Amino acid sequence: METVWSIFHYGFFQRALLAGLSVGISCALLGVFLILRKAAMIGHGLAHVSFAGVAIGLSLGWLPLLSALFFTVITAGVLVKIRQKTGLYSDTVIALVSSFGFALGILLVSLSQRINVELFSYLFGDILTISSLEVIVSILLALSLVIIIIVYFREFLYTTFDPEAAQVAGISGDKVELLLTVLSGITVVLGMKVVGILLVVSLMVIPAASALRIARTFRQALLGAVVFSLGEIFIGLCLSFWLDIPAAAAIVLLSFGLYILIVLLTKRSAQ
Amino acid sequence: MPSVVNNLNHQELPLIEVIDLTFRYNRVEVLSDINLVVHKGDFLALIGPNGAGKTTLIKLLLGLLRPHRGKIKLFQRDLKEFKDWALIGYIPQKAIHFESFFPISVREAVALNLPQARWYDFWTKKINEREVVKALETVGMQDYIEERIGHLSGGQQQRVFIARALVSRPQILILDEPTTGVDAITQEKFYDLLAHLNQEKGLTIIIVTHEIGVVNRHVNKVACLNRSLVYHGTHAEFCQSDYFRQILDEGHHLIGHKH
Ligand SMILES: Nc1ncnc2c1ncn2[C@@H]1O[C@H](COP(=O)(O)OP(=O)(O)OP(=O)(O)O)[C@@H](O)[C@H]1O
Ligand SMILES: [Mg+2]
Repeated sequence: METVWSIFHYGFFQRALLAGLSVGISCALLGVFLILRKAAMIGHGLAHVSFAGVAIGLSLGWLPLLSALFFTVITAGVLVKIRQKTGLYSDTVIALVSSFGFALGILLVSLSQRINVELFSYLFGDILTISSLEVIVSILLALSLVIIIIVYFREFLYTTFDPEAAQVAGISGDKVELLLTVLSGITVVLGMKVVGILLVVSLMVIPAASALRIARTFRQALLGAVVFSLGEIFIGLCLSFWLDIPAAAAIVLLSFGLYILIVLLTKRSAQ
Repeated sequence: MPSVVNNLNHQELPLIEVIDLTFRYNRVEVLSDINLVVHKGDFLALIGPNGAGKTTLIKLLLGLLRPHRGKIKLFQRDLKEFKDWALIGYIPQKAIHFESFFPISVREAVALNLPQARWYDFWTKKINEREVVKALETVGMQDYIEERIGHLSGGQQQRVFIARALVSRPQILILDEPTTGVDAITQEKFYDLLAHLNQEKGLTIIIVTHEIGVVNRHVNKVACLNRSLVYHGTHAEFCQSDYFRQILDEGHHLIGHKH
């Protein structure tokens, strides 16, 4: 089957694969923490904010990747501060921030004459047009995230599992929350091109949720989420090329199917 | 109140001193002029109705909240200068209310509290194996070290949390209503374990509880809180006190339900 494997020779497919897999690692690792902290929707909120960031970039003629990164990271920091100061639930703050981001994005889009197909590629993902810069940034992000989680494993896990006891042990939950949220912001921006603003939260939530069904230890959960994520993105991308369907849809539907399968299987074994 | 404090045993050094402590949430005064001393070797029950400020007092002792007025000393040092938090083991009221799907093994949960743990200890196979196993042996849970915590019973989980507190080799153990939702027999075993830690290992224990029966069997000091300190003294005197009689008369309403 020479034709089936020939896609791996194309530069655009290699870039798509590298970027997709790197973003997948970042999303999966963050997702495990976000779900357990009941803040899974943070990816969704920050994705809406990055939409505004993209719109800013497109209307000012800047590189959308950079303006989105800048705007999303700042907003992520502000979001955490608001939550810590007001003591609101994080889902409330996420709803506030995401509607603000999207409204701002819509305003900018309507004001600007130069908005075009490019904005569309951020909304629904367009993994074929991923640039080498985006590939490199995605790989660097995945690497840093793996290192951060290995080094700060105790801090991240303790504040997630029992924030009060962690604080007594001298670990600041506020700092961990800020770090996790900012990293989520960066990850979401890079995930936009892979599956689009509207679906990027699925990369964070679905593989992690699958791993949480079967893991016994926390390290298994992290590893499991990464394995699921890599497998789903790899197969999803290949399917999208072979069957000529949108990559975002292929990846998300595949992960969702696998999640349902795992739920059914673990339900039986638990009884 | 000072007259009551004077009745207490002064042979041992005070590990915790609370002096004229007042605390407010926003404008609402929750604790007023609290004076409390805990000595080495004490097994103190902190009792009082719901909303009396027990959890708030504990959080103040741990530096999780800042007093509005007054002073707290830990190990004869001002709370603001106190750094040696490994000396205090804490089991929060909410500790056992984690999601049962939280994927954390008994080993991981206990190792979290190793104060001297370095980052790579969590990734090498034999991380402080001896410390973790020893803490689990003290509470009789060493056979469950690989188990996911969510799969254990409520009573077993409580033992694991004790082990987590013990692994930092504390001198004081603070437990906030540790036995809510645990059956009577398990509860009794749990208190036997605490009594053992107090008597054999010389651990100082502060326990927030609604179980007046437990108070009667195991502790040697009682503090009754209801926004201010209603009673503070030895257990023997507590049983003679008006406050105790009042509790009995009111069918334990002030303390909560006894099973
Ligand atoms: N974060 C908060 N903000 C404002 N008020 C609070 C807060 N936490 C507690 N309170 C109030 O402070 C009072 C004391 O609460 P606390 O939790 O210390 O009581 P408690 O004695 O531990 O009660 P319980 O037996 O129900 O655990 C209550 O009236 C409560 O409403
Ligand atoms: Mg309480």
